[in-house]
Amino acid sequence: MRKGKLWSFALIMLLVLSTALAACSGGDDKEGNGDKDKDAADKGGSENKTLVFGRGGDSTSLDPSRVTEGETFKVTANLFETLLNFGEQDTTVQPGLAKEYDTSEDGLTYTFQLEEGVKFHDGTDFNAEAVVKNFERWANGDADTFPYYNSMFGGFKDDEDHVIESVKADGESTVIITLKRPQAPFLKNLAMSMFAISSPEAFEKGDDEYERNPVGTGPFKFVEWKPNETITIEKNEEYWQEGLPKLDRVIFQAIPDNSARLNALLSGEIDLADGINPADGAKIEDNDALQLFERPSMNVGYLGLTVTREPFDKKEVRQAMNYAIDKQSIIDSFFEGRAEVAKNAMPSSISGYNDEVEAYAYDPEKAKELLKEAGLEDGFEMELWAMPVPRPYMPDGTKVAEAIQSNLADVGIKAKIVSYEWATYLDKASKGEADAFMLGWTGDNGDADNFLYVLLDEDNIGSNNYTYFKNDETHKLFLEAQTEVDEDKRIELYKQAQEILHEEAPWVPLAHSIPLLGGAKELTGFVPHPTGSDLLSNVEFK
Amino acid sequence: MFNYTIKRLLQLIPVLLGMTFLVFMLIRAIPGNPAQVILGQQATKEAVEALTIKLGLDQPWYTQYFSYLGGILKGDLGESMRTRLPVADEIWPYLAATLELALFAMIIAVVVGINAGIISAWFQNSWFDYSAMVLALVGVSMPIFWLGLMGQWAFAIELQWLPTTGRENVRDPVSAITNLYIIDTLIQGRFDQLWVVIKHLILPGLALATIPMAIIARMTRSSMLEVMRSDYIRTARAKGQKMFWVVYKHALKNAIIPVLTIIGLQIGLLLGGAILTETIFAWPGIGRYIYDAINFRDYPVIQSGILIVAFIFVMINLIVDLLYGLIDPRIKYD
Repeated sequence: MRKGKLWSFALIMLLVLSTALAACSGGDDKEGNGDKDKDAADKGGSENKTLVFGRGGDSTSLDPSRVTEGETFKVTANLFETLLNFGEQDTTVQPGLAKEYDTSEDGLTYTFQLEEGVKFHDGTDFNAEAVVKNFERWANGDADTFPYYNSMFGGFKDDEDHVIESVKADGESTVIITLKRPQAPFLKNLAMSMFAISSPEAFEKGDDEYERNPVGTGPFKFVEWKPNETITIEKNEEYWQEGLPKLDRVIFQAIPDNSARLNALLSGEIDLADGINPADGAKIEDNDALQLFERPSMNVGYLGLTVTREPFDKKEVRQAMNYAIDKQSIIDSFFEGRAEVAKNAMPSSISGYNDEVEAYAYDPEKAKELLKEAGLEDGFEMELWAMPVPRPYMPDGTKVAEAIQSNLADVGIKAKIVSYEWATYLDKASKGEADAFMLGWTGDNGDADNFLYVLLDEDNIGSNNYTYFKNDETHKLFLEAQTEVDEDKRIELYKQAQEILHEEAPWVPLAHSIPLLGGAKELTGFVPHPTGSDLLSNVEFK
Repeated sequence: MFNYTIKRLLQLIPVLLGMTFLVFMLIRAIPGNPAQVILGQQATKEAVEALTIKLGLDQPWYTQYFSYLGGILKGDLGESMRTRLPVADEIWPYLAATLELALFAMIIAVVVGINAGIISAWFQNSWFDYSAMVLALVGVSMPIFWLGLMGQWAFAIELQWLPTTGRENVRDPVSAITNLYIIDTLIQGRFDQLWVVIKHLILPGLALATIPMAIIARMTRSSMLEVMRSDYIRTARAKGQKMFWVVYKHALKNAIIPVLTIIGLQIGLLLGGAILTETIFAWPGIGRYIYDAINFRDYPVIQSGILIVAFIFVMINLIVDLLYGLIDPRIKYD
């Protein structure tokens, strides 16, 4: 009797559960596709015109000039335009809102001919006056408000190092920018997402208000922002370039976990996913409904050696570290081969890359010899700092650290792996508290200065030069290159600097990784940009 | 009862005050300068110094603490260093998202957990009892990361019954009024959206409910077993009362008190401890909000966010304590 009751209870529960789950399936279509159909039906056509782009984090602002983090630029690259553009998949300088540009012989005066008939999303005119007002806004700011302007143009209006002398309008559609001294990457700087031209009428209402109500000239207009969830932008019907954009709506959705984002892509809820783990690349390639995109590499992952700490103050020890580590097997195991072995501090796509530098081979015997020369034939003990977070240039810090640890053990170096929470890690490393630490860098504008000077010059000790490396020769070369207008001479300067850096070996350069994205098969026209800010105006579903 | 409530509310003041102090000191003990994090890797040293002064971080800690405390007393929770918005303005959508998820999870946990516990006690040592308790043990020890990703794989990718992540269908977004989407869709009469919102709640809700469900089931079972052995139960059965009523009416009322305490504590834990679930299911909740703030060293958000979660936590426990009196008239508050 008792048993019987229990059985009937169990049966009823089972029935209830299965009914509930069956109801969940809600008919015959899965949610993603079902709503895509509905979406298309609303437009009265059969094609889907909304793109959902899944990414790791939310933006912090929608005013690109005010922030430094990449998630913001992913959105603003589609809302705004810059005077000049980067090439489709490289960082060559191309016309943007300025259809023509001219540089004076001495590299001090730049003349820009603007596109005519372009309007901001609020209906006001884009013209020379608007450009001048944008530059005035930045020049009158401070490092807190416009951090990138500060670092790219040497400060603000009253600062001695400020590069820009004046920005003047000459009629409706000509802008003349005069510099105090030549700045070689000046045009590249102008093409960076943060120097996008905003509607003066909109930002004059107040900077803080403007961060959440952006008004540009770009192919898409801002619609809605649900913090930590989605940012929605829609087609700018008045866009000045014929036939663009091809999509009606783009929704940027923040999905922090890489595996969950891949799941959302597999289930069809999102159409495009950023930050695919190298290990999942093959899974996407094998899936008939998906395609894999490779973002051209513009980064470097490295093991930094703090040259102010013993025994890394000795050049031989630093070189020995370079010989001891098997980079190729690290790339094969943890990047799934989707990376280039690094031998310089910047990737080969950057103008000025020195391919004649001969990489340190994997040679433990040579490493032991060098250690002996340095008087450390019995090896030594050190701390090896492992990155606590995955980054495109370092997908799995802990595992790479373990590989390095075993390589070092082979030559008698006892490395203890330590790790801290990310902000703590950076803070302590920048104070020179690490013996050897893993880190990396993704370029902003594809210029050699943005890698070599920023990461390895004495001016940047305490900020981005975490190794405390200091060298008079490279310092001189870097400063000379910054103002050298002749491209060939400039390349020569950087090549010389790379020779010295190779010899001095403040780093063990590890890899230039190829970041991966996954997308729906029917997606066309998506071209990932090395800077990480992708223009979506040509994207459509076929 | 009234006096008791007042007394308890007054006791909250030192508790919350102590907590603000603890959080304030803890986040300053960890290395990392907010100004450096805000300005990013490109920043110059001068810029970082200037911002440090602007944010008042160069002041001695007591000056900073008392100005923060003064702000709270005036109802000012501070301004986020990262988004430059007042915390009081931006916190509600995150809190609402977590409340909705936590309550949904708690309803599952309470309904399933209490019933599983009762039935296990009722049919002690039956196969149901054994399997429920084994499942409960597995539930307590299951890593949410694994459970969440497996759930996504099974129910979203293979079966395609449920969505993987998020709160809503982003292609057809809910227009937020209260930010509790179940209520918002009901107000607007969008029953199609209501159904979508519920479907989005199921997987993260189940993942979040697993641990409290298991704890509640085990607690209910042991508490019920004790009560079922008492004399008045034997009397009720001897009178010929139906077993179902003996269990659900007579026994449960006495057995529920310790379970209620656990439920109160668990709700509090779900509010602040949902970070993993929120991360895997891309849920824009308060756990992730505070977690991101810690990564950015956004002091005002960390301080005020934790203060609000703690406040809700102690309030829930106060309500639970007051409920005892309603359930069991023998409990008196003086």
